[in-house]
Amino acid sequence: MALEKVTQVTGKAVPVPGDDVDTDRIIPARFMKCVTFDGLGEYAFYDVRIGEDGSKKKHPLNDARHQDASIMLVGSNFGCGSSREHAPQALHKFGIRAIVGLSFAEIFFGNSTTLGMPCVSVSPEDRTAIAGLIEEDPEALVTINLQEMIVTVADEDYPCTLPKSAHEALVAGEWDPIALMLDKPEAIDSVVERLHYV
Amino acid sequence: MGKNLFEKVWEDHAIRTLPNGQTQLLIGTHLIHEVTSPQAFGMLRDLGLSVRYPQRTFATVDHIVPTNEIHEPYSDPLAQAMIEELRKNTAEHDITFFDTNTGKQGIVHIVGPEQGITQPGTTIACGDSHTATHGAFGAIAFGIGTTQVRDVLATQSMALNKLKVRRINVEGELGPGVYAKDVILHIIRKLGVNGGIGFAYEYGGSVFDNFTMEERMTVCNMSIEGGARCGYVNPDETTFEYLKGRPYSPTGKAWDEAVARWTAYASDPDCAYDDVVTYQAEDIKPTVTWGITPGQGIFVDEFIPAPSDGKTQSESALIEEALEHMKFEAHTPIMGKKIDVAFLGSCTNGRLSDLEEVAQYIQGHKVAEGVKAIVVPGSQIVAQIAQEKGLDKIYTEAGFEWRGAGCSMCLAMNPDKLVGDQLCASSSNRNFKGRQGSITGRTLLMSPLMVAAAAITGEVADAREVFGVAEAAVA
Repeated sequence: MALEKVTQVTGKAVPVPGDDVDTDRIIPARFMKCVTFDGLGEYAFYDVRIGEDGSKKKHPLNDARHQDASIMLVGSNFGCGSSREHAPQALHKFGIRAIVGLSFAEIFFGNSTTLGMPCVSVSPEDRTAIAGLIEEDPEALVTINLQEMIVTVADEDYPCTLPKSAHEALVAGEWDPIALMLDKPEAIDSVVERLHYV
Repeated sequence: MGKNLFEKVWEDHAIRTLPNGQTQLLIGTHLIHEVTSPQAFGMLRDLGLSVRYPQRTFATVDHIVPTNEIHEPYSDPLAQAMIEELRKNTAEHDITFFDTNTGKQGIVHIVGPEQGITQPGTTIACGDSHTATHGAFGAIAFGIGTTQVRDVLATQSMALNKLKVRRINVEGELGPGVYAKDVILHIIRKLGVNGGIGFAYEYGGSVFDNFTMEERMTVCNMSIEGGARCGYVNPDETTFEYLKGRPYSPTGKAWDEAVARWTAYASDPDCAYDDVVTYQAEDIKPTVTWGITPGQGIFVDEFIPAPSDGKTQSESALIEEALEHMKFEAHTPIMGKKIDVAFLGSCTNGRLSDLEEVAQYIQGHKVAEGVKAIVVPGSQIVAQIAQEKGLDKIYTEAGFEWRGAGCSMCLAMNPDKLVGDQLCASSSNRNFKGRQGSITGRTLLMSPLMVAAAAITGEVADAREVFGVAEAAVA
């Protein structure tokens, strides 16, 4: 199955500050009572975004200046906690296509990559600088160039990193590994045969 | 140079290197539940794929199960739809399902070990971040997302990067009233909630050598709270003793062969680790989290920190955010904070030994007025054995509600939820904002006996004093 090569993501950015933002925050557990991922977008960051009376709270994702942002700017250990893929699914369906942060929790990172949504890391200084530029001009377009591994905002370039395997999977359009993994069934069966318990 | 267990299991299960450099790793055992599997089955249908080794996937239902309703349909139609979806999917693909009518249903991380499905030297995956629990047996167990659940169903394998291994020794002897839960909360406090990113944690040292399997499970369970996707303990006689005679354990000659194989998976004495840290058991006291991450733990006799106590700007900001959410004053004791709810259960501390340990101390005590205290056994088997031993009566006489098996108030996907800003003494694993079902709800993580002490006194208290634990030991 042909997947899109994720070589560049461009869009407006929205800063969601704070470290250790957990997946319960990204999507509260009560919204996981579903048998498909459809419609999860409206529940992204629900409890910090929407009041109990349904009103919109003060939150960057509600900020009119950041409407239609497709890149999120986050802190460290983003997506920690539960393995729920509902979290990156909700962000993706909300319209997010890439995340720039200091670091990412491992399961969240893998789940996002498998959706073709890159999570790139920048240095704390560069993160502060990027946030400053977005604050100055929320309309500024941010470009994540995955071939050069550079984040560009207002003509300023910032180096970013991605683990090699995720990088290759994204730029080669192989971020969903299922086709590759189905490719050599005999290799799977031979390992099964040598293990005693399977 | 020898090898550590992680390396041995990885090498035995490696199928091949994928073009992006990841390893396609065989997953010998796959556990599924109702929340993270329905979409995976949907993806299989969309792709026209089948389950490659249906006999290696085992299902149960835990997150959404009500603990005070037996009859279906459940009052929550969404919960009913989810259990029915799992029934449909397991029937269609010929997957073993420990359903509510089997007497074997329970939290997936309690059911696997209880059935003997969890075995040393194996790879295990489950769409749940607490899958590291199974590492207590010397298995390499990964929490995975739903797309990976699809991958495992379709190919019995996953694409993964190899992890580094950090050996964590805890040496010496734990004091009376100090438990496995305190050990893991202490480790997370020391190494941080993101200290384990990129690592598997190998737990060892005399404390782990002397731990029961259930205590080892409690520690491995919360590895993810320290950022480590996997945590494990090397298999030994304690492991084999636990597994002997369980429904899925090998028997006869196959048992002896399995034990020999399992023993060989243990880390070699001369193996290398990417990092080693050592803690002294005597330094660990009963620990309570006061904030909104599992790393925000303090000893029960310590004071809640102030933002100015943070070592970094980030830590200070998190302390400030936590104080606001928890409605606590900085530099006040955690001891004496009035609680509203006490929750004893979860995949961290919902096993028989947890319920037995607490039961031996609460006889003659009563839950404080105004406190709602619930006990949720981790599985139907735990509940049944506990009832045979009369534990349910001990709890109900003390004023606890004795419930049915499930995840319950650990993540509040069933009707068991905090209301408003209730403060909950909880034996579960996460104190994130909103985790227990109320946006403003507040969670204090602690050991089961500390939960009982809080339930009985109505406030955070040192269980050693409330129940005379230390005195008895000294005498």
